[in-house]
This record gives sequence, C-alpha cells and structure tokens, in this order.
Amino acid sequence: MPQQIKSEILDNRRSGEYHVLSLTAPGISDIAKPGHFVTLAMGGEESSMVLRRAFAIHQVQSRGVYGGTLDIAVAVQGRGTKWLSERRRHDVVDLVGPLGKPFALPREGVSCLLVGGGYGSAPLFMLAQELRERGCRVDMVIGAASEPKLFGVLELKRLASALTITTDDGSSGVPGRVTDVLDEAIDRAGADVVYACGPMPMLAEVARISTKRRIYSQCAVEESMACGIGVCMTCVLPVVGDDGVTRMVRSCVDGPIFRGDRVRWADIDTIPADAWGAPGAEDRGTTR
Amino acid sequence: MSRALFTRGTGETERDRAAARVDMGIDLAGVELPSPILTASGCAASGKELDAFVDITALGAVVTKSIMVKPRAGRATPRMSETPSGMLNSIGLQGPGIDAFIEDDLAWLVERGARTIVSIAGETVDEYAKLAAKLRPIAGISAIEVNISCPNVADRGQVFACRAESAAQVVQAVRRGSDSRTPIFAKLSPDVTDIVEIADSVIKAGATGLSLINTLLGMVIDTSTMRPTLAGVTGGLSGPAIRPVAVRCVWQVRSAFPKIPIIGMGGIRSGADAMEFMLAGANAVSVGTSVFNDPSAPARIHRELAGLVADHGYSRLNDIIGFAHREPDQPVLEEATSLDDWDFITEERR
Repeated sequence: MPQQIKSEILDNRRSGEYHVLSLTAPGISDIAKPGHFVTLAMGGEESSMVLRRAFAIHQVQSRGVYGGTLDIAVAVQGRGTKWLSERRRHDVVDLVGPLGKPFALPREGVSCLLVGGGYGSAPLFMLAQELRERGCRVDMVIGAASEPKLFGVLELKRLASALTITTDDGSSGVPGRVTDVLDEAIDRAGADVVYACGPMPMLAEVARISTKRRIYSQCAVEESMACGIGVCMTCVLPVVGDDGVTRMVRSCVDGPIFRGDRVRWADIDTIPADAWGAPGAEDRGTTR
Repeated sequence: MSRALFTRGTGETERDRAAARVDMGIDLAGVELPSPILTASGCAASGKELDAFVDITALGAVVTKSIMVKPRAGRATPRMSETPSGMLNSIGLQGPGIDAFIEDDLAWLVERGARTIVSIAGETVDEYAKLAAKLRPIAGISAIEVNISCPNVADRGQVFACRAESAAQVVQAVRRGSDSRTPIFAKLSPDVTDIVEIADSVIKAGATGLSLINTLLGMVIDTSTMRPTLAGVTGGLSGPAIRPVAVRCVWQVRSAFPKIPIIGMGGIRSGADAMEFMLAGANAVSVGTSVFNDPSAPARIHRELAGLVADHGYSRLNDIIGFAHREPDQPVLEEATSLDDWDFITEERR
C-alpha cells in the first residue's frame, strides 16, 4: 500500500551529470522492491507545477536513525527536476511511494543480464543485489550518450559479474549503443532473463532481441505520468494481455515493469486499431 | 452530524477543535452528504486507487470517471502537458464501458460504502438514454452527473453543452430514462458565450442541479519539436489556472438561479479555494487536478475548509453558501492619519 509522507532530504550529491538524493522514507523503504518508484511534488505547496515527478527507487536503507531512507537519481530535464536538484539537506518534499509493480524475480539461481540506458541503471542496483542474494549470476550492460551520462559505473563494477559499458561518442567503453553489444553479452552470460531500464527506443530493441532469442525480458518503461497512482489515465501504452487482447494499460499501476514481448513497442503513442475499445474495434473483432 | 471526519489525533489545537465542531454536512438536491468535498470526474477513476490515501467513505461522494456505453481506448499519447498552474489533458474518455463499470467499479464502491455520483458520457442523445436505463435499476447511486461538456471528442460539434438545444435534449433523455428520485447534475462547459443561457435550458429540460465547470479547451505547442504537444492536438485545461473562470461561472449561474443545486469545481487546491466556490453559491465542490498533485487533497481541503468556517465564527458550513451574493456591508471609513498616507496612495495609483 503506497503512502504519502513529508520526506526530509538527507543528502544531495552529484554523480556524473545526475543528482542522487537521499530521502527519509519510513514505512516506504522497508516495503520497496526493485522496480518500484516514488513521486515527488515539485516546488512546494503553492507551486505552479501541479504535476508530481516520478523517480525509480535507486537504493533503500530500511533501518537506521531515520527509520528508513531511499535514494533516487535525478536528471535535470525541466523546471521541476531543476528545482529538485537545487534542494538541500533538511529541505522537505512531499513523497508518495512505493508505487508500481516491481520486477518479477526468478525462483531459481538463473543467469541474468541487466541493461541500463543513461540513469536507467539506477533501479538496477537494487535488482542486482536482490538477484545475487537469490544465487543468480548478474551481468550488466550500461550505456549512455557520453561518459558523464553513465550512472554508477564504479559500484556496478562491484555488483556485476561482468560489466560492459558503451557510449555513443566512445568517451568510455565500447563506442556505440547497449543494443549493439547485447547479443554478445547474452552469449557471455548465458542469460536466461534480460532486465532493462532506459529510453523507450532502447527498451524496444532490447525486447526485440530478447524475444527473437527466446529469452524472457522485463522492461521498465518511461511514460510521462500526471498522478502516478492510477487515476489520471495519461501514462497508457498498448500491452498484450494473457488473453491475447491488447489494452491501453497504465504504466504507473500496471507497470512500469512489463514483459518485453507483451509491449507493442512499434505502436506506442498510438491506439492500435485492434486494441480493446479502439474506435471501430468491434467491427473488426477485438482480439489480435 | 459527521463532525469528526478526517481529524487526526496528534497535535490538536483549539482551532482544530473549533473546526471539528463545525457542521460540514450539506444537502445536495435532497441527498444528505457529510462533507461538501467530492472528487471530480476523471480525476479519481472509480475511487479504488484513491482509497489508499483518503477514506473515500468520508468524502461527500466519489464522482466517477465518465462512463460510456462501450469500452473505449481513448486518445493516443501524449495525453498530458503541464501548464502554468494547470495541465492540459486529452484522455478521450478511456474506460471499460457501462456493463463492466456496473459489475466491477460500481459494485466495489457500493460494497465499500462510498456515496457515488456516476458520471456518464455519450456520443449521441440515444447513448445517454441507454446509460440512464442501465443505471436505473442499480441501488446505491447518490446522483448522476451528465457530462455533456468533455472537450476531448474528435468533433468539437459533439460538445452538447455548447448549444442550449443539444444540451437540453441530452438532459431530457437522461431525466426520462432515470429513476425520478435520482438527482441529475448537468456538467457544463465554460467555453460558451453565456453559461446562464445553457444552464436555463438544462434546468427546463429537467436537470436537478448543475456541475460547474468542465475543462476549458486549450492547446500547447512544443517549441523543440515545433508540433502540438498533445497527440490529440487540443485538450482540456484544468487546475488552479482556471479557478477564476469557474468561480465566475458559479457566481453567474447562482445569481440567475437562487435555488438550483450547484457542484462547483475548477482548480480547487485548498480549503480557501473551496470556500470561494461556496461563497459564490456552490452547495458542494469537486476536487480534481489537485488530487494528482496531492492524493490526500480531498481530506486536507475538508479540514482546511472547516477551519476557515470556524475562523469566521460560523458553526454550520451551510451558512456560508452563496454568502458573497449578499448586499455589500457598509464600507468602513478609515481616516487618513497623515498627509503622507495620501501621498503614498497617490504614488501607488499613478
């Protein structure tokens, strides 16, 4: 059950081009699972920014003097995230979480490949730890446009059995994109499962390659949200259900983690003609 | 009745105790509600998700997202854009259709014990009649809100609330199809030349009350892509940015119809905002976009409103409804204490 709290900022530190904020989150950090996210209200109570911003949970510390804290990675992209990046220790923000459905975890110690684009690697830290505790092998591929846009390289080296880095400009690791080295990384890991978090085009390609190779994939999608709690219906995307029917589902409560083979990546930002409730769908049959 | 709603045990002050003594109950078209604070259609889905943040049974009522006859996928994304003190949306009435709604959502709300106002939307007058007929045998509905003003339809000509005749046709069809004891609220659009004229036509057609207002039609262009931000191009503007427009609409309609029940809405974020609507003549208020910013806003606004009513020395919320319409009090003449004060005023005005 998500909670809404007044959270105190304990730390705001730089990590490459990103900010990592540590926030008090008693009652939230102890139930948060890898893949969960939180939302923060921007700009204080009289703010002209009426929509909350969503952040994947990067790390949690469930005990200690603050009764539980969590970390988020913030990329300054607009007015809201700029405001947030300027918060200091002891500032208070309105926090809601944990939200969303977490990553599905394997029951057995299988081999896992974790793929992160930009600060999409942030939620993979908790996931890697959890997988390792379950006896899984964890390999990782992280990539970004350039070296300062990579997130958490040093710590990931410690967490992963093998870490491959790519940058578009070649400033660090292999020049190119994470998807360029994916086949090779899957082979090296002998991957049974691929987990991915990053920009939508990257996720689409990770899902395509995984599905082609008959590997189960879990993708954390990035859709703009207004509420984060499932009431506003803005963050929808077309996903095929167990019954084979495509529905426009909410990434906040039905995701943000989806099976890669179930998301209709090519149809994102559209209403597929065969989707449940699409205009004229009943004339053509609603199943695909 | 229901005075202790939403109060919390910790750190109670004298003001909190005075607020808790205020009778916040209202009569909305003959329906007794323990709080004037309702959710706004489309901003609370069917209440289930919000129940994690506020006790929805303590709300005046849950106003559900407008339901249509058939399942509907809505519009393509992006469906939303933040605007100064507001947001633009073009959801396009995504929903499960009336049958699944009655079976799942409405059944859950009734079971949960929440008072429910069902919002309905159709593409034709006949669809509204069908929706009314489907809801007629269902027990546990406090009222029906007829959404004749959703701006997110492909053809702007379908916004029934933009024309007096079409608005009246829809309301008449719903009135005929519904149980005569069920109050019907017509939700009007501010995007008209004279909202009083539309209000008059739907009241004559049998509306028990009015919901004022729906979103304003708006648009945002992304200067980086040089294209409209929303896939649907235009969308409905909501949030604090539209509040003065909404207060004006409530004021005008209340002036023209002293007795008609009014649910006011449009950018309500605080108890003071809710009070503004009630002073303008709203009997109840819906909290919409602010729920996205603060999911516990409905409970907070109830508490804040009770505090303000108590601050003014009133014991019943009911006493302030429409209070801004009274004759102005005799102006209090304050003598200028020195010539400098007058100079100062002159400076400011220049």
